[in-house]
Amino acid sequence: MSTHPILDPTRALPFPQAALPVLRNPQLRKNIAHATDVIEAKRDKLVAEKTDWQQLRSAASAIRAHTLENLAFYLEQFESRCTAAGGQVHWAADAAEARQIILDLLRRENATEVIKIKTMTSAEIELNPALEAAGVAVFETDLAELILQLGDDQPSHIVAPALHVNRSQVREIFVRRMGLANLSDDPEALTAAARIWLRRKFLTVPTAIGGANFLIAETGSAVVVESEGNGRMCLTLPRTMITVAGIEKILPRFQDLEVMLQVLARSATGERMNPYTSLWTGVTPGDGPERFHVVLLDNQRSSILGRPTERQTLKCIRCAACINTCPVYRQTGGHAYGSVYPGPIGAILTPQLMRMRHAQSLPYASSLCGACYEVCPVKINIPEVLIDLRAQIVDQQREQPYRLFDPMYLGMKIANLLFARTWRFRAAQRLGRIGLRWFTANDGWIHSLPGLGAKWTQTRDLRGLPAQTFRDWWAARAPHSDQPSGKEAQ
Amino acid sequence: MRASLFITCYNDTLFPETGRAVVRLLERLGVALDFLPQQTCCGQMHANTGFRGEAFSQAERFVRLYRDAETIVIPSSSCVAMIREQYAGLFEELGNNDLREDFAALLPRVYELSEFLIDRLGVEDVGACFPHRVTYHASCHGLRALHLGDRPYRLLAKVRGLRQASLPNIDRCCGFGGTFSIKNADVSSAMLASKLQDVVSTSAEYCTALDNSCLMHLGGAMHRQSLPIKTIHLAEILAATETQPVEARA
Repeated sequence: MSTHPILDPTRALPFPQAALPVLRNPQLRKNIAHATDVIEAKRDKLVAEKTDWQQLRSAASAIRAHTLENLAFYLEQFESRCTAAGGQVHWAADAAEARQIILDLLRRENATEVIKIKTMTSAEIELNPALEAAGVAVFETDLAELILQLGDDQPSHIVAPALHVNRSQVREIFVRRMGLANLSDDPEALTAAARIWLRRKFLTVPTAIGGANFLIAETGSAVVVESEGNGRMCLTLPRTMITVAGIEKILPRFQDLEVMLQVLARSATGERMNPYTSLWTGVTPGDGPERFHVVLLDNQRSSILGRPTERQTLKCIRCAACINTCPVYRQTGGHAYGSVYPGPIGAILTPQLMRMRHAQSLPYASSLCGACYEVCPVKINIPEVLIDLRAQIVDQQREQPYRLFDPMYLGMKIANLLFARTWRFRAAQRLGRIGLRWFTANDGWIHSLPGLGAKWTQTRDLRGLPAQTFRDWWAARAPHSDQPSGKEAQ
Repeated sequence: MRASLFITCYNDTLFPETGRAVVRLLERLGVALDFLPQQTCCGQMHANTGFRGEAFSQAERFVRLYRDAETIVIPSSSCVAMIREQYAGLFEELGNNDLREDFAALLPRVYELSEFLIDRLGVEDVGACFPHRVTYHASCHGLRALHLGDRPYRLLAKVRGLRQASLPNIDRCCGFGGTFSIKNADVSSAMLASKLQDVVSTSAEYCTALDNSCLMHLGGAMHRQSLPIKTIHLAEILAATETQPVEARA
């Protein structure tokens, strides 16, 4: 297991380098490939049984697109309905403001401990370290999050955050941190140990922090979807509930859940319905938390909203189907993305959350194979967004004084000049053939190239350039051909 | 039937035998082929690497060149995908109205090779003979952008002597991805290794595809590892007959 992976795009290594430790760890790669294969197969089976899957996808996509087009309206509606039901809505422009709001709320509660439902948004704003620095002890209650917290590790997946950890590693962490020397690595025994550990916290800690899968504008309700019942516990026992959610989590109507819950469960975990779906609206005396706060986080989302191609990024419902099907993630796992949002969705979301100042290697961390778009339940055209982000990066590069020293940049500029005139292209073909002869072995293959070419020849050979291009063959043959030729007929 | 062949820059330079096979195949089927010598590149490499303006200039060149062509045949699924998926957006952003209209009129006449054979010519049996065990690699663009579906398999099924071996994990990328194979060479190589395992498991003599870029990637690793399997573009299989077998590679 990697220790202390850095999931902060301002400090993380570029993707190609960050991927290396995983690529050199066959056991870890096997774990990741196996885990994603299992989830993907379950998802494929349950999607296949829905004969109206494509219509459901279209409906989900339309609901999300409509929401984003009218986001300001629905956010205000959510605020007024939630407030009317006894909740309090707070607006956070960025991560720092969100952390401060939550710290202030906890201070008002005199809270020294909090229990948490799994929320990637809180990881995005790096909430846990801030709480601990302020003297608040944090207890993650999702099993995977608990494993990571006790193991001093970071999430590598948005639905299954401890996907990279196997059960013998879980046992080792629990033995060390819970002091259970005789614990076996049997999943039931591990779960039982976690249950006992967590139950004490559920019964004693009066403040909970969670996220939201959806916020319903029409009713002011919040929705949490989970598998373990820990979310339900956090929503039942504590006096105070603080929900932190991105502003894009809004759905217009209660009825929209009909579509969204169907596509979410099938896409995320390959289940017809997830085990626990909790909905609550403000506060209800004698039932659940007495105080309910929602922190609505912008953190660059409104700037993403303003860009026509990138806007679709915010349709995401965090199901991770794109991650499970991605052939790149399958090899690298999540930590290589240097962000709490890994995989294809992370490759487009993270650079945008950073206003394209950091994580610029992520849009290139894709072969553009399109598998992510095909499975996305809300039809985010991830390859299209990746290409658009690449274009933004190149446009930034165009302004840099030393750009021509970047071999890729220079190569692309030269190639464009060559493709613009036939004579130049033909001359380049000839020169290339002559130049590559130096590197071509007797068997007609190139085994080693310098510069960028070395990246190719590190694992693949390249056939030496043939003696005659197709166009030269055509030019030599056409006049003598007895076959019908379009040239004469033109 | 008249058709203009857009051979693509990399087939022209690296895989001329694929072009010769397309010519042999289509002329055998009675197609009058034309080849415009001014053609160069569709712009895919530039577009996918983020060089939008450069990609636009090549896309514009393509449309101007083929504006009057009756039908355009392209033996590369990823180049066809570039034209279908990205040209409209490039022209919307950087082009003028004339260009957009010319492109809209041109687009329905652009065919990938297997589409041209099955949808335009209406043939599945092209009279080919290739007595070998063959596995088909469905390139990502052929599979998900062009939705080629069972077209390649239907063509292969009618080739005399050919035995098809189905490739496991058919929908998984081989890891080429154009400049991805350079920028993320280690990840690309790991994806390639995983794909090679699947290809080798078929015990096929040949791995075929409708895209030489995937085949260059797979073939390069096969040669490096001295694997007993070769790559071959589908056009070359379809061009082969009992009297005229596949031409030996240079």
